[in-house]
Formats: sequence, C-alpha cells, structure tokens
Amino acid sequence: MELIKKYPKLFQWLFLLIVFFALCFAIDVPETYKFIRGQAEFIKDPNQSSYVLFGKEVRYYAFDVFWRLPPLLGWLPIWINDSLFFLMNEWMPMEFWNEDTQEFKTRPLVLQITRNVTSFMTFLIDLIREILLGGLNTIVAFSSWDWIDANPWAELPGLPWTIVAAGATILAYKLNGKGLALFAALVMIYISIFGQWKPSMQTLSFILVAAPLSFVFGLSLGIAAFRSKRVEKALYPILLVMQTMPQYAVLVPAIVLFGVGDHAAVIITMVVAVPPMILLTLLGLRGIPPEVIEAGRMSGCNNWQLMIKVLIPTARRDILIGVNQVIMVCFSMAVISAFIGAKGLGFNLLLALNQLNIGLALEAGLCISLIAILLDKMSLAWANKQIDYFGNLTFFQRHKNTFFFTVAIVLGILFAYLGSFYFKEGYNYLFEVPHNKGISTADFWNKGVDWIFDTFFVYIKAFNTWLIVDVLQPMRALYLRMPAVATLVLVVGAGYIIGGIRSALVVCGLTLFIALSPWWDRALVTTYMATFGVIISCIIGFTVGTLCFQNKNSASFMLGVCDIFQTFPSFVYLIPVMMLFGITDTSVLIAVIVYATIPATRYTIEGLRSVPTALHDAATMSGVTKFQRLFKIEFPLAFPHMMLGLNQTIVFALFMVIIGAFIGTEDLGQYILKALSDKKGAGIGLTLGICVAFIGLIFDNLIRTWVDQRKKHLGIS
Amino acid sequence: MSDSIIKCEGVYKIFGENAEKMLEEANGNVDAKTFQDKGCIVGVNNASFEVSKGEMLVVMGLSGSGKSTLLRCISRLTDATGGKIFIEGQDLLQLNNNELIDLRRNKMGMVFQSFALLPHKTVVENIAFPLQIKGIKTEDSISKAMDMVKLVGLDGRENYFPRELSGGQQQRVGIARSLAVEPDIWFLDEPFSALDPLIRKEMQDEFLRLQEKLQKTIMFITHDFDEALKLADRIAIMKDGIIEQLDTPANIVLNPATEYVRKFTEEVPREKVLLIEDVMDATTNNNLSDLKVSKDEIIENVAEKILTQEKTVAVIDSNNQIVGSINPSKIINTVFGGRKNNS
Repeated sequence: MELIKKYPKLFQWLFLLIVFFALCFAIDVPETYKFIRGQAEFIKDPNQSSYVLFGKEVRYYAFDVFWRLPPLLGWLPIWINDSLFFLMNEWMPMEFWNEDTQEFKTRPLVLQITRNVTSFMTFLIDLIREILLGGLNTIVAFSSWDWIDANPWAELPGLPWTIVAAGATILAYKLNGKGLALFAALVMIYISIFGQWKPSMQTLSFILVAAPLSFVFGLSLGIAAFRSKRVEKALYPILLVMQTMPQYAVLVPAIVLFGVGDHAAVIITMVVAVPPMILLTLLGLRGIPPEVIEAGRMSGCNNWQLMIKVLIPTARRDILIGVNQVIMVCFSMAVISAFIGAKGLGFNLLLALNQLNIGLALEAGLCISLIAILLDKMSLAWANKQIDYFGNLTFFQRHKNTFFFTVAIVLGILFAYLGSFYFKEGYNYLFEVPHNKGISTADFWNKGVDWIFDTFFVYIKAFNTWLIVDVLQPMRALYLRMPAVATLVLVVGAGYIIGGIRSALVVCGLTLFIALSPWWDRALVTTYMATFGVIISCIIGFTVGTLCFQNKNSASFMLGVCDIFQTFPSFVYLIPVMMLFGITDTSVLIAVIVYATIPATRYTIEGLRSVPTALHDAATMSGVTKFQRLFKIEFPLAFPHMMLGLNQTIVFALFMVIIGAFIGTEDLGQYILKALSDKKGAGIGLTLGICVAFIGLIFDNLIRTWVDQRKKHLGIS
Repeated sequence: MSDSIIKCEGVYKIFGENAEKMLEEANGNVDAKTFQDKGCIVGVNNASFEVSKGEMLVVMGLSGSGKSTLLRCISRLTDATGGKIFIEGQDLLQLNNNELIDLRRNKMGMVFQSFALLPHKTVVENIAFPLQIKGIKTEDSISKAMDMVKLVGLDGRENYFPRELSGGQQQRVGIARSLAVEPDIWFLDEPFSALDPLIRKEMQDEFLRLQEKLQKTIMFITHDFDEALKLADRIAIMKDGIIEQLDTPANIVLNPATEYVRKFTEEVPREKVLLIEDVMDATTNNNLSDLKVSKDEIIENVAEKILTQEKTVAVIDSNNQIVGSINPSKIINTVFGGRKNNS
C-alpha cells in the first residue's frame, strides 16, 4: 500500500496494461478473420453483412464487436461524395454570362465560383510562367484566340536563361551580399546546363504564385484570429486537423472542386500551407510584450499602422518561421501535386521514380532541393534587411542593382540573338538548354546504383529479409492481433491517466472515429509503420542530439544540417532509399526514419540548450560529473521540450508513411493513392485523410497534455 | 485652476466582468474587499487631482498599488471605468478614436519601464517612428530624430539596433522617442526601474537637466521613494488603488497623512530632502547673525555653516529680501530629532 501511495501513476499504468493484455488474450481471433488486401466495398462476397443508410448500401465483414467494431461510419465517404456532387452540379443554379459563346448559361453557383477561382489562378501562373518561358496564354487572356490568329507575332517571348540567372544573382546580392549571390548563380547555372530549365521554371512559377498567396492568406487569417477570440475558436480545430492531415488526402476533393492541373495544385498547396502560417502568426503576435503595443498606441498609431508597423515587425521572428514553413510546404506540394497534373520538376521526378530511373530522379530532386534552399535563404535575408539613411550615396550607387540588371537584360538578349546564328542545328543554348540536350549524369548514377546493387546485393538482401521476416512481420501481426476493444481501452486509459476525464473523452472520440470507419485494419498497419519509424528515429535523434550538444560548434552545425534537410521536399527522401532497397517496406521505413529523425534531433538539442545556464553552473559547482549533470539536471529539465520533438517526429513519420504508399505499402496511404484515380474517390480520400490526422491527434493530445503538466510541475511553462 | 493640464475627477478603474454595473451599485463607496469577493479587482479607486502646466507629479506606490493603471487611464491605453479625465480642458473619455490618435500624435509622449523599443528598427528609426506615423516625410523625420539623438547624448550610435545597446542607452532612446513629437504632456512609467543603481542616478540627473530645458507637464511613475523625492514637484502616494496623500515632498516628509506614508518617510535623510524654507520660522527678530542663507537651499548644503553660528540665521529669497529666520537648534532638531514622535 505504501508503494501505491508513493507512485499512484505507476500503478495506474500497470493496471491498465494488465487489463489490456487480459482483453487481448480473452478475445480470440475469429476464424473468418483475414486482412483484406483490396477494398471491402468492391468485393462481392456472400459472407459480407450490409446495412443501408441514405439509400446507399454499406458492405462489410461482420465480426464479434469486441474484435472489430462494425463500420458504422461507412456511409460517411459516400455521403461526402454525394454532397460534393450535389454542390457542384445541382445546388443553386444561376444564369451566368459566358464570354466564349456570347450567351447566358445556367450553372450551379459553386461550380461557377470554382471556375472563376480556377481561371484566376491559371492566369497568375501563366503570367509568371510565360515571363520566364514564353507563351500565348497571357495575351489571350487580354484579347482572344481570334486576335492571336490574326496577329501571329503576338507572343510573350520569354526570358533567356542568362537573364533569369543574372536577375536571381543580383537580387541575391542585394539581399545578402556575395555569398548568397554566388550560391544563386551556381544553382541557376546548374539547372540550366543540366537541361532542367523548363521544368524548373514551371515549378518556380507555381511556387511564386502559391507561396505569396499562402503567406498573405495565412497572415490575414492569423491577424483575424489574433483580433477576435471567436475567429480563433472557429479556426482552431480545423487548423489542428489540417496540421496532421497527410497532403495526399487533400488532393482528391480538390480534383472534384477544381479539376486537374497547376491551378488545383496551387489551391491545394494553399490549403496545406496556410494552417502553419496562421498558427505561427498567432504565436508571434501573442508573444509581443504589451508595452510595445502601448508604445505604438502612444506614438499615435491607428489600428492599421499598429498592425503593419509595430505588431507584424515585432512578431517577425515567428512570422519568418511561418514563411519558411510555407516555402517548405510549397516545394513538398510541388512534387505531390504532380499526381493531379501539375507540370514541372515534380512531374519529372515522379515519372523517373515510376520508371525506376534513379539517376534522373536524383537530378530532378536535387534541382527542387536547391531551388528550395535558395528561396528559403532569400526570403530570410529579405526579412532581415535594413535601410541605410546615412549612406549619402551617389545616384549610381543607389541604382546600381537596377543598372546591372538592365545591362544583364541587354546582354542576355544580345547573346541569345547571336546564339541563334551560332547554334544552327535548331537549339539556341544561350536561350534555353532543352531538356534532353543538357549534361546528364543520370547514366552515371544509374550505373552506380547498379554497381551497389551488384556488389552488395547479398548483404542488402540479407538485411532486408531479416528486417522484414524477423522484425516487421511479427510487429505487424502483433498490431493486427489487438482486439478493437482492447485498443480502445488502452488509449482511453492512457488519456485518463495523463489528462483526466477530458483528455480521455477527446482521445476516445478520435479513436472511435477510426474504429468505426471501414479501415481499422489499415489504420493499425499505418500505426505500426509509424511506431517502428518513430522508435528508431527517437533513438537516433536523441543520441545524436545529446552527443552534438556536448560541443557548441557541433550543436550549431547539427541544427544547420537539420535546417537544410528540412528544406528538402518530402518526396526526395524516397529517391536514395529506392536506390538501395528497391520497392519494399524497408525503403519506406528507412525514408520514414531519416525524415522523422530531423525533428527528434532538433528538439533534443534545443531542449538541452534551453536549460538555464545558472542551473548548469549550480550543478557544476555541486561537483557533478558530466554524466551526472546530463542525467540529473539536463535531461529532466529538457524532457518536456524533447517530448514536443517526439510529437513532431510522430507527425513527420505519419506523413512519410502515407507518402510511402507511392512505393507500395498496405496501409491507409494505399487507399488514399487509389482514391486519387477513382471518380468517386473524394469522400474516401477525405475520410482516410481524417483517419490519419486523428491518429496523429491522439498522440498529439496525450503528449501535449503531459508536457503542459510537466512544465507546470517544473515551473518552466 | 485655469492652467491645469491634467485633471482627474473621481477616476475609477475596475477590472472584471460587470465592473461598470458594480461600480454604479457601489454608489461611490468602493471597497476593494467586497469587489474582490465578486470577482472584480479594483485598480484605481476614486482618484482626483490636477497637474498644472510645467509641473512634475510623481506617483509613488509599490507594485500592485494601481499607479501604472492610473497612468494608463490618463493616457487612455485603458478606458477608465468611472469618473472624468480632462486633458487641457478636453474630456478625454468623450474623444473618438481619431481625436484620441490626434491627441497622442501631438500632445502626449510616453516612456516605458521595459523601454518597449521596436526591435526591427535602429535607434534613429525608433525615434523617428512617431513622426513617420504622423505622416512626416522620411528625410525630415530622420533629421528631427537626429536632433533628439544628440539631445539624449547618443550621437554615433544612431544606426545601432536596440539589442546592441545597454539598458541605460535603450532608455535614452525611449526618452528621445517620446519627446520627438514635442509633446506638452510627458508620461513616464517607471522609466529607470530596470536600470542599475549607478546608471539610474545618472539618468535621473539627465532627466532633471532635460526637464529644466523643456518644462513639460509630467506624470512620473515610480516605486522608489527616494527617486520620487529627488524629482517631484508633488508626490502622490498610492496604496491599493487609493491616493493616500498628494503633496510636496517636504510636506510628505514632515507631515505624513497616514501610517502607511509615514513608514516610507521614516528612513528618509531629511537634510537631503528639505529646503531651508520648509523648516524656517516665518518670523524674524533683530538679533540675527551676519550669515544669510537662501530659502531654496537644501538643508544639507548649508547645515554646517548654520551650525557654526550662535545666533539665529536670516533666510533670504532670490531678491535678497529677508523672509524668515532659522535657529541652529532647529537644524539639529530636524536632522537628529526623534522622528517617531515628530509627527
């Protein structure tokens, strides 16, 4: 009894585990149970049960309710689909003027709205794309096809690559001096001579539309939430779900609403990129000391001036992190949205991966990553820039960048013009290096991959087999062996022990949603893969983080490495693992581990760094050894922050598991990918996405609640 | 008083829901305890006073006494729950947003305890900020700001960022910023509290120098009684939202109104605070010594000279007219006299 009083939580946990295992053993696996490879609703099987709701039939395999709950939410995807179609095709028909046919046409309101949004987005993308690459669409938008036919000269010529490269270099120089300028020049030249110019510019035009729009929307909504509690309350649950929703899942409904192509990609990117921007804006604005706001007011700012000149600049650190996130998400989506027909590097990357042409994929991936890093650094430099009022500059000095850019334009055009005489065979390399004419190292990489495969085949194969047979399969079987009720008890019990009745209810709701959907088995597989990835990532991340923390330089270096790795679009991680392990679960899991190790390492270092120096010194003066200090002082204090890292690690791992469906996994991601090519996939895709988001949110809720309590306990909240 | 710049009449500030309703029900008889039981916190309780042109009123109180809240009511950073506030005869609470902004842009300046500088702007940009907000051209505002930089002695550092400056320097920027629009009314909210003692003394001297030159109407908030004595024309001592006593430093030291005020005055070195005028006898006799002291001298400065005299010393005003006398024994009594029994 003494012990129970001393460690009540420990015994609660013990009791919970005993109940869980008792349930697991008490409930037998039904003989009819098997893991369904296809989608249950498409299998015609007399053994299935079914029920009818809203005039739709939901079919499923019935088991003992203790083993698997019936999919009472099976109607949800169908219902979502029907509502979407109703909205798009029947709701509120109205008369709209059609420019092309010159007559009024009846169209549903939502369809008309989405069409208008679509054409606006298309116009923006085309405008930037045609400045960079040349084309007709922008001029058509202002005139008509007939006019173009009559005036065949009317076409935006596009800029020669030399001018774009020079422009980027000058801009980089203006923003941050020589170093960044050199980097920009190298990136641009690399892109050009490796024949990636056209897809790169397509991707760039997509990002130059998506990123600013996401930034503006996120910032405005963040400000709105800051100024009104009601807006914040309305936004918060949506933000929470969106943060953990895999990007794949948003693709499907977007196709229904906006069709296929670059414009839809921009809209999806905004949907994904805006939530973190909102949250970080809000965080930044909340963190402003009240006296600064008062100082602004006393300086006579009106509301607008206060927001633009005082609040936003003061909160710029967090807002900048938001910009950074937006850019990251944009590049990530630049690849993923290739699934719905966005052009550019992402499309090439996907194509190359599909053909298992690792060399080509590597080149495209490198291009995306380089542009991502460049834009990231440039946006950072732009935000930190300051004006010099006392420079007393001459006219030339003040306008030298404009001047150099003008010179670059003239020279670029001149070179391109001369080039058209020099390169007779039809390709003007000074205008644009065509895709198949650039230097390609693809063969080299492919040979390298082949060599690695030939040389190490035995070892890789052996490792692969061992991992799958001895670790992964048993683990997966264990997860699938859990009766639904036992899982529910475990999760809800954990919620209760950590956060009391409130947490238990939230977690119970989230788990029930998944359990009552038709995809409980799949969700278990997703969870198993994520769990495996998270465990290994945390071990690596915490170890590496702790080791790097021992030395100031190595810690900063490691954080820098994390920064760069985080800028890579998530899809790029699949390239090297497919190189080594081919198309297996191992590949996916290793990509998951690499990707999820980033936040684990980062938060470990940051957490350890956040331990106050005074405590550090106090410990040292008490005569502790390095190890004692680490285990008695630094770890306990840094642990809450490290747990937040765990939270991020879980989200990252889930994302990568779902993206791994591209390689071929048997989890929720596989269905999401399938839903992409399904005409009625919108409902399924969205529901699946919510399932994945809820898995993330269950852990998020538990960890956050625990961290908050722990921080309060340690007095560092 | 015709030249009162700030005038408060029965100002209340009560935090919490239903504060206005409760204040109405209380009928001018606000008791902090009963309010607290109902979930309201009384910040300022029935404050009435005037500040006349060129005067420096120091509001002194410990943390939580409502002094900062009072200041924020008068600058209308928060709205007072009840009472009236007049700024140069204008009813502050009746101003609409634009009028309020106009008032702040032209008449008010404020200095904050934590400096509240904009981290993304340099020294000169921070100082020019209120000017630019007013819509003054960049060149003009920068050149005006440079004058202010010189005024507070930060020349050569105009392009530094706040994070590159020491606390004292940062507060100089804060002071310069608040003065940039040449306001008539100057609010200072514990401006020197976050500074080291030595720097604080330096800044206080600097502040007195500036005030001598500028002659602003000032409300100065502090929790440091010595600072209040050093700077103030008049001191208001606050406790639990109530102004316990509002008087000249000398009167507060000599005649504390309440037990609470007396506790502050106990440790005060009177010879450093009181002027000859405060302790002299208004009557004169013919048996005076040759020594004459000015009535505006601090006792400490002339005590030694007076004590060497045997006869009563004449006190003169700035026109060399004898206005009173002081006996050496009075000096001894003031400096060493039993303080506890004195009041």
